Amino acid sequence: MNRKKLYPWYFASGAAILFFLLCFLPGVLGIAYSFTDWNNFTTEINFVGLHNYKRIFEGNSEYLLYIFNTVLFTAVTTIAKTIVGLALALLLTRQFIKFKNFQRMIIFSPQVMSFLVVGLVFKSMLHPTTGFLNNFLKDIGLDFLAKSWLTDLKIVFPTVMTVDTWKGMGYIMMVVIAGLMSISPEYYEAASIDGATFFQQLRNITIPLLKPVLVNATVLNVTYGLRVFDMIYSLTNGGPGNATGVINTAVYKEFSRGDLAMGTTLSSVLFFFVLALLYFIIRAMESKEVE
Amino acid sequence: MGNIKRTVGHVIANLASLFISLIVLIPLVVLVINSFKTSAEANQMNLSLPKEWVFENYAIVIEQGKLVSAFFNGLLYATCSVVIIVAVVSAAAFVISRNQKGINRFLYYFIISGIAMPINNVALMKVMQALHLNNTRYGIILLYAAINIPLSLFLAYGFIDTIPREIDEAAVIDGCTPVQLFIKVIAPLLKPIVSTLFVLDFMAVWNDFTMPLYYLNNSSKWPMTLAVYNFFGAFQNSWNLVAADIVLTLIPVLVIFILGQKYIVGGVSAGAVKG
Repeated sequence: MNRKKLYPWYFASGAAILFFLLCFLPGVLGIAYSFTDWNNFTTEINFVGLHNYKRIFEGNSEYLLYIFNTVLFTAVTTIAKTIVGLALALLLTRQFIKFKNFQRMIIFSPQVMSFLVVGLVFKSMLHPTTGFLNNFLKDIGLDFLAKSWLTDLKIVFPTVMTVDTWKGMGYIMMVVIAGLMSISPEYYEAASIDGATFFQQLRNITIPLLKPVLVNATVLNVTYGLRVFDMIYSLTNGGPGNATGVINTAVYKEFSRGDLAMGTTLSSVLFFFVLALLYFIIRAMESKEVE
Repeated sequence: MGNIKRTVGHVIANLASLFISLIVLIPLVVLVINSFKTSAEANQMNLSLPKEWVFENYAIVIEQGKLVSAFFNGLLYATCSVVIIVAVVSAAAFVISRNQKGINRFLYYFIISGIAMPINNVALMKVMQALHLNNTRYGIILLYAAINIPLSLFLAYGFIDTIPREIDEAAVIDGCTPVQLFIKVIAPLLKPIVSTLFVLDFMAVWNDFTMPLYYLNNSSKWPMTLAVYNFFGAFQNSWNLVAADIVLTLIPVLVIFILGQKYIVGGVSAGAVKG
């Protein structure tokens, strides 16, 4: 049978055209515009070479801070979500835990909420005078722990990353639970007969067999972290000052300021960054052991 | 002795998981409780029940927050874009998965790279303007369809691999054309993956905030997320109203979550739900 005839290529054209026009083309066009002085104030667009990139990478620009923050956010939230998610998965697959399924659903539920809404919920919870957290700490006599969570320069970024972990940990937990289910119990039986402790089993059986799942989840966490926008925009809008600014909040800032060239240059920097990782990302996605 | 030690361990483990569940649950409970309080009472957010239950908060929010039009806008965007996604993605996944050579292979990797690649929103504005899609309802629908295609294709591709090829051959021997084969034979078999895509993509679109922020500047076209953000800005000192507004935004997704649990968790376990 002729495959080309039976599976005509044009079946794929709808998806390909939409993706090409609204996702790929802007990426490529954006790189082209990053070499210009494109802005909202004149219709004239001039070629300026690497000027925009120099503005980012030369000297001590605020843009370097945004890039640094993006990488820091990605690294910390990925590690935190993986550790907490793994621990929760191990805990919520034990026989003796009560209401396992119910607790799993509760912990997973923030995953279905919008980042914006989670941001707003925590913005109200963490308000220094009217928010729930500080009121609660005062009620139980721990006044000294009450902080200006979202305005104190020293703790604002950890706060933002904690909120992000709160939202994302349930996802890792679910993925790991699915992975744990696919591990044959015989390994553990054999290991306990040989007298292996819980941590020995964890290190020698669970983690190695979960590796594909964990790699997969890490990839998704990293690509999310690099592109984070909603969560930070709604919690702090990059502030106080530039303390929690990341690449995508900076892109929006430049966009609303009218400095379109800078916006597209920052976006392009992110583009190149992810492009460099793309090979590993796709390889990790393809090796999915959990079905 | 060993028994006691184990029991203590079990109790501690149970308490630990309960503690984390509470950390997730409490903000939501606080939110619901405070949405029924008076403005003055909600100013000191806590877990105590309202002294008097103010149900009018919800009426005020629905009216002031333009939530009715925002709700229908969101519903329209999510439904239309999901229908487009399901149609183009299942057709594409079918031919790409069945014939993995040459251009199809390239197309597959080209499209799924979009799972990771960031969108350049500034340049996208230019493209949207050139295509006359900026600030229009169908523009945002097409945009949502486009950005959710990569992950959907990845999931559908994996599913079609599990449908035996012999079915195609039998259908062709019976005289099916490619289009008939896809619509009459393959499409009905895709029900499970279509349900998964429907739920996941619907929630992704419903929850999105970035696209309307960039590409819809007319408040009558805003979906729920943007309406609630705007409301938050205007009523920051009335936490009771803000809480009611957030609760109303959350209800639709929580309903879908409860009804579509199976598909969401299934999609997650396939190891590929964005962020």
